[in-house]
Amino acid sequence: MIDYSKKLNSKAAALKPSGIRRFFDISEQMENVISLGVGEPDFQTPWHIRSAGIESLENGKTRYTANRGMEPLRKEIVAYMKRRFNLTYSPNEALVTVGGSEAIDLAVRALVEQGDEVLIPQPSFVCYEPIVALAGGTSVIIELKSDNDFVLTPEQLEEKITDKTKVLVLPYPCNPTGGIMRKEDLEKIAPVIIKHDLMVISDEIYAELTYSGERHISIAEIDGMWERTVIVSGFSKTYSMTGWRLGYALAPDPITALMTKIHQFAIMSAPTTSQYAAIEALKNGDDDIKKMVDEYDTRRRLVVDGFNKIGLTCFEPLGAFYVFPCIKSTGLTSEEFCEKLLYSKKVAMVPGTAFGDCGEGFVRVSYCYSVEHLKEALNRTGEFIKELKGSE
Amino acid sequence: MNKKLLKLLEKNARYTTTDLATMLGITEDEVRAQIEEMKKEGLIRGFKTVVDWERLDSAYVSALIELNVTPLPDSGFEEAAKKIMKYDEVETVYLMSGGYDLCVIVKGKTFQEVAMFVGKVLAPMKGVISTATHFVLRRYKELDIVLCGDEGDDRGNFWL
Ligand SMILES: Cc1ncc(COP(=O)(O)O)c(C=O)c1O
Repeated sequence: MIDYSKKLNSKAAALKPSGIRRFFDISEQMENVISLGVGEPDFQTPWHIRSAGIESLENGKTRYTANRGMEPLRKEIVAYMKRRFNLTYSPNEALVTVGGSEAIDLAVRALVEQGDEVLIPQPSFVCYEPIVALAGGTSVIIELKSDNDFVLTPEQLEEKITDKTKVLVLPYPCNPTGGIMRKEDLEKIAPVIIKHDLMVISDEIYAELTYSGERHISIAEIDGMWERTVIVSGFSKTYSMTGWRLGYALAPDPITALMTKIHQFAIMSAPTTSQYAAIEALKNGDDDIKKMVDEYDTRRRLVVDGFNKIGLTCFEPLGAFYVFPCIKSTGLTSEEFCEKLLYSKKVAMVPGTAFGDCGEGFVRVSYCYSVEHLKEALNRTGEFIKELKGSE
Repeated sequence: MNKKLLKLLEKNARYTTTDLATMLGITEDEVRAQIEEMKKEGLIRGFKTVVDWERLDSAYVSALIELNVTPLPDSGFEEAAKKIMKYDEVETVYLMSGGYDLCVIVKGKTFQEVAMFVGKVLAPMKGVISTATHFVLRRYKELDIVLCGDEGDDRGNFWL
């Protein structure tokens, strides 16, 4: 018998399991669960985009592409970034990846080595810490606060910087909080980043999903920051293309070149069909974005209002497609709350702690669902809260 | 005029005033007033339900009829169109560009009934030069609503 524990990579084996595994298993045993637990759009990929993918297959485009992605796609990415976010990159500074996920992995692997510290504001998406760990780096967590809408402040940043700090992960618009960083917020942290000569991995996968007249600003647009920033983005959330597995990174040439080198050995090239579909998305998809954003916005208002009425206070999230209500008034922990709600009302939400310890006291609610579905979930949650109060 | 309100109502006429107000970030009184106003202005013409009658025995048949009509000197096709639309059997009347002039959608209980309506009412009508009747065999999508099953939601309950 092989003792696998001696064979397996100890860094990988030591990674914490995902905080939702247990809930996933419980809900698998149940019927008629009303879920608010999914971090992907309910919309189908717009037909003209799917159609472009299909057409590429019909035309026999079934081979590898250039390692860094097809030239026409990289040109479209760069034109799109200029048009929608006023950012200037050359096509050679764009790398097409297997989802934003791979772009994050590559950025970390290209920048971080043994002994480096990486600052990760939390609550935030779950992949940063494990990827840093596998690269041999050390994650240093910055706990964001609900009282300032989960914005990263220069004081919070400064406090965690040591002479080993090399990279800051900037996860805005934020999964799970829905928080954003406005231009003035970015201008406050930029001097700290520059003073300490840090690099930034800016996860802007939700850049298009902002509301109430807010427009996402990239940290790369702030003076002195372009040369220190790796932007990670992708097609999953913007065009409802999660299953196509396509994303990209934008960074100054020396960084893109190194990321491309790793990508070339690990992946070869991103999926070809998806690259063709993505060209169509970037060329003719601006209207689709507007339609989806308008739709998300009406749902967002409905859900924020719903939670506040139930008595679970909820700051107004201005980005992504999540709300992050506070459940401290129930006296339950996030996990207890989600488990009880799931068992008693069959409503699925993700405990805030899945996104870092400081997510305690909150739950993540996705509004990637129809209005009817959201209303039913809110009704059931309202009953749940009433029954909790009644039984006190 | 509130375009966002119109779009929501076009999608689902049964949203409650409360929900509409919340979704748009305006008050319920404003929602009510704006809907009344838009009705008065004729922007909102009615509210209907899309029914999949094919699931019942009482399914009806409908046909799209292409009409060629001699235009009148002053009013063109207007007179014929307005006359045709008065019949209860007629669901839709459009003036068309291209190969024919008026597109008329007619509903009836049976193929026979629709054919009779075309033969006895539309074809002999003054100014009508010719008709071509195309029966609808199956409705897949109507007024943005899919009638033949849709792509469904295959997402799980939890995903980060
Ligand atoms: C903040 C954030 N970054 C990155 C990703 C990865 O997305 P993908 O790999 O589909 O582009 C996600 C997906 O949920 C996310 O929420």
